[in-house]
Amino acid sequence: MFPKGTKRKFSDPGEEPASSGDHAPPSSAVARTLSSSYSLQRQSLLDMSLIKLQLCHMLVEPNLCRSVLIANTVRQIQEEMTQDGTWQIMTQALAAAQCPPDRLVATEVLCRQADAAAQSPKPPSVAGLEEGYSSEEVVMEGDVETEVTMSTLSAAPPQLSSASYLAGPFVMGPCWQEEEEDGECEEDEEDSEECVSEGEEGDQDPLSADSRTGEQVFGTFEIKHPAPPPDPVLDELFSDVDPSYYDLDTVLTGMQSAPKMGPYDLLESLSSHGPTALSSSASCRSDLNELDHIMEIIVGS
Amino acid sequence: MGGGENTGCPIQPDPLVIRFLRTFKEVLKFVLFSYTVLFGALLLARWTTYFMVGKTALPTRGSTARVRGPSPSPSPSPLQTLPESAHHGTGGGSSEVQWCFSQVKGAIDDDVAEADIISTVEFNDSGELLATGDKGGRVVIFQQEPESKTQPQCRGEYNVYSTFQSHEPEFDSLKSLEIEEKINKIRWLPQKNAAQFLLSTNDKTVKLWKISERDKRPEGYNLKEEDGRCRDFNAITALRVPVFRPMDLMVEASPRRVFSNAHTYLINSISVNSDCETYLSADDLRVNLWNLEINDRSFNIVDIKPANMEELTEVITAAEFHPNQCNTFVYSSSKGTVRLCDMRASALCDNHAKLFEEPEDPNSRSFFSEIISSISDVKFSHSGRYMMTRDYLSVKIWDLNMEARPVETYQVHEYLRSKLCSLYENDCIFDKFECCWNGNDSVVMTGSYNNFFRMFDRGYRQDVTLEASRENSKPRAVLKPRKVSTGGKRKKDEITVDSLDFSKKIIHTAWHPLDNIIAVATTNNLYIFQEKGN
Repeated sequence: MFPKGTKRKFSDPGEEPASSGDHAPPSSAVARTLSSSYSLQRQSLLDMSLIKLQLCHMLVEPNLCRSVLIANTVRQIQEEMTQDGTWQIMTQALAAAQCPPDRLVATEVLCRQADAAAQSPKPPSVAGLEEGYSSEEVVMEGDVETEVTMSTLSAAPPQLSSASYLAGPFVMGPCWQEEEEDGECEEDEEDSEECVSEGEEGDQDPLSADSRTGEQVFGTFEIKHPAPPPDPVLDELFSDVDPSYYDLDTVLTGMQSAPKMGPYDLLESLSSHGPTALSSSASCRSDLNELDHIMEIIVGS
Repeated sequence: MGGGENTGCPIQPDPLVIRFLRTFKEVLKFVLFSYTVLFGALLLARWTTYFMVGKTALPTRGSTARVRGPSPSPSPSPLQTLPESAHHGTGGGSSEVQWCFSQVKGAIDDDVAEADIISTVEFNDSGELLATGDKGGRVVIFQQEPESKTQPQCRGEYNVYSTFQSHEPEFDSLKSLEIEEKINKIRWLPQKNAAQFLLSTNDKTVKLWKISERDKRPEGYNLKEEDGRCRDFNAITALRVPVFRPMDLMVEASPRRVFSNAHTYLINSISVNSDCETYLSADDLRVNLWNLEINDRSFNIVDIKPANMEELTEVITAAEFHPNQCNTFVYSSSKGTVRLCDMRASALCDNHAKLFEEPEDPNSRSFFSEIISSISDVKFSHSGRYMMTRDYLSVKIWDLNMEARPVETYQVHEYLRSKLCSLYENDCIFDKFECCWNGNDSVVMTGSYNNFFRMFDRGYRQDVTLEASRENSKPRAVLKPRKVSTGGKRKKDEITVDSLDFSKKIIHTAWHPLDNIIAVATTNNLYIFQEKGN
């Protein structure tokens, strides 16, 4: 690992994203905020990994090996960021700030990378970004306690603004939602990272899970219904919620355990309302509706 | 030096002793002389060999015996150590083998039907049969034609012998997931009788297939006609004995055993034991041992599933039995380690007998280090002394007696190291390339992108990159070595890294166990190349 304080050269061939040079225009504000391009690259790598973790083809069992490798990469980045101290910065910034519902710079950077990397076959995840999947479910094959998380990546209008960057990085629970484009909104009982999402773009149905404390590295998702979500989406969402698909005990432990820094916490279980939510999709649905209602009130839309 | 004639003086030594000493002296002289002659002859032989073979590396197996002599052995390092040395070669074929195109199977058009994508290739033990499995669950077996008398140098062609649907798509209702019918692996069983047996597996189920020929059929039944209609009983006046008459060759494949419901995760490997009675099947977290005769029970011999799935950081990627020792097998992991286990030690082989892991080079550490160290394939050599592992960028050869590091490392496509981020993005970094040995374990082969495949000659330290493409598909056209230009300047005929087509990858390759014939699978075509006959 890179020792603390060492800056990688910008042109380090090992990790330079395809279009690192194009970051300038939209992220100029951000770039000023973060002086190191290494951090930017690391960030984008992290975002990319998380998106990969989320987007799995649901018809067939997801590849466990690939998921484990990506999760290990994420964990590695997370550890490094913790060492660097960037982690805490992000947490604090996140806690302090009202997260505007803007998409992350990093995400746009990611999209940009996808554009630039068009010479290779586009990865499905990035393609998803472009095409604006409204919701995809990911069930981590048993290895993560998570399950269904929604990632909505719509090619929304680029409202990336600088502030969202810090708040953004997926890694913090709520940040993760920012990743999902519109700021995040969390439930009341969760920690203070309330994000008001105004003008949510596109359909987003991130599934919110419990982010008990700010320490919890990977956050949870909330269900937002800016517009009535298409039913097939929800059906798809719930059709895959299958307690027997992953180890129930891990899910339960995820639900109830004390928050700990683990990459799998990122994709956490269904809702914070308790383990029972898992067992019946009906209750999930009602919970989601409830959440939706609450969010709408908060958002005032 | 008086003789023994003077017996008076007591100081004179015994004549017998003197004679003995004299004889002894002669013997010693003779011995010395013969050693010198021997030594000289050996030196001469050595120098002759050296000049004949050329200045390239001498064969490593000791060519000169240790000679005790007045002068030390000559220095052209007779015992070359195996660890990697820069390959010096003319860049031509591995040693003197030149490969030429033999056949291509599969559709010609570029429109690839998903179901036709080849997912595994395997020769049987004699090399006469070549089996391929595809994504649509079908197995196609090719048989080599006997060598023709007119062209003795040209090895027989492979023609379709049998095609059958091995696996069907299933739906797991419990998890609401489809189970793909794609054939992940095919392994042949050693032939015991006239029929051939193979194991084929998809993600969840292993099947034992019997492939048998029928070229005779009984004729002359008493109670029914040839077409099956019943004969009129009143018209039967005499009894006859049915006889076998020849018919057109028919090849039948019938499933003999179905081994199912033993794997929670997706099966990635199967391997037949050298005892020909058992085999193992490995999924991401467990390895099971089966008896070929018993399909409703299997033993779990490796289980790396953690109690808490959150702590999962490593999965099994491949497993194989030792070719000679029926109690030994290895399994590789996504962290770049290979564990060798002995089934005699305990029923559950979670504790490895040996752990093969190369320490990481701290200088080349990056975020992708772990991903590219994940081993995608592990294969024992035919001799059983070595083992080869394939990770994303390299092929490593391990001596089973040395766990600390591989004895040889070959870089397959080092030029991709700077592209890891984009390869991660388009998921190519997760491609699981396979590798294979040739019949006498002197050359190893593996695939790469742009329909390139690479061969590494271990003895001559040469490597070559060849391409499987339609353009080189003229009969007996010699394959021209390809080169990827890594530096700034691109020479003629070289291809730059950026113009490589990453959608065209060669994952599955197989080498005939006895001959220089290779089968290389591109996306939906199977290329067969053979050594250029003289």
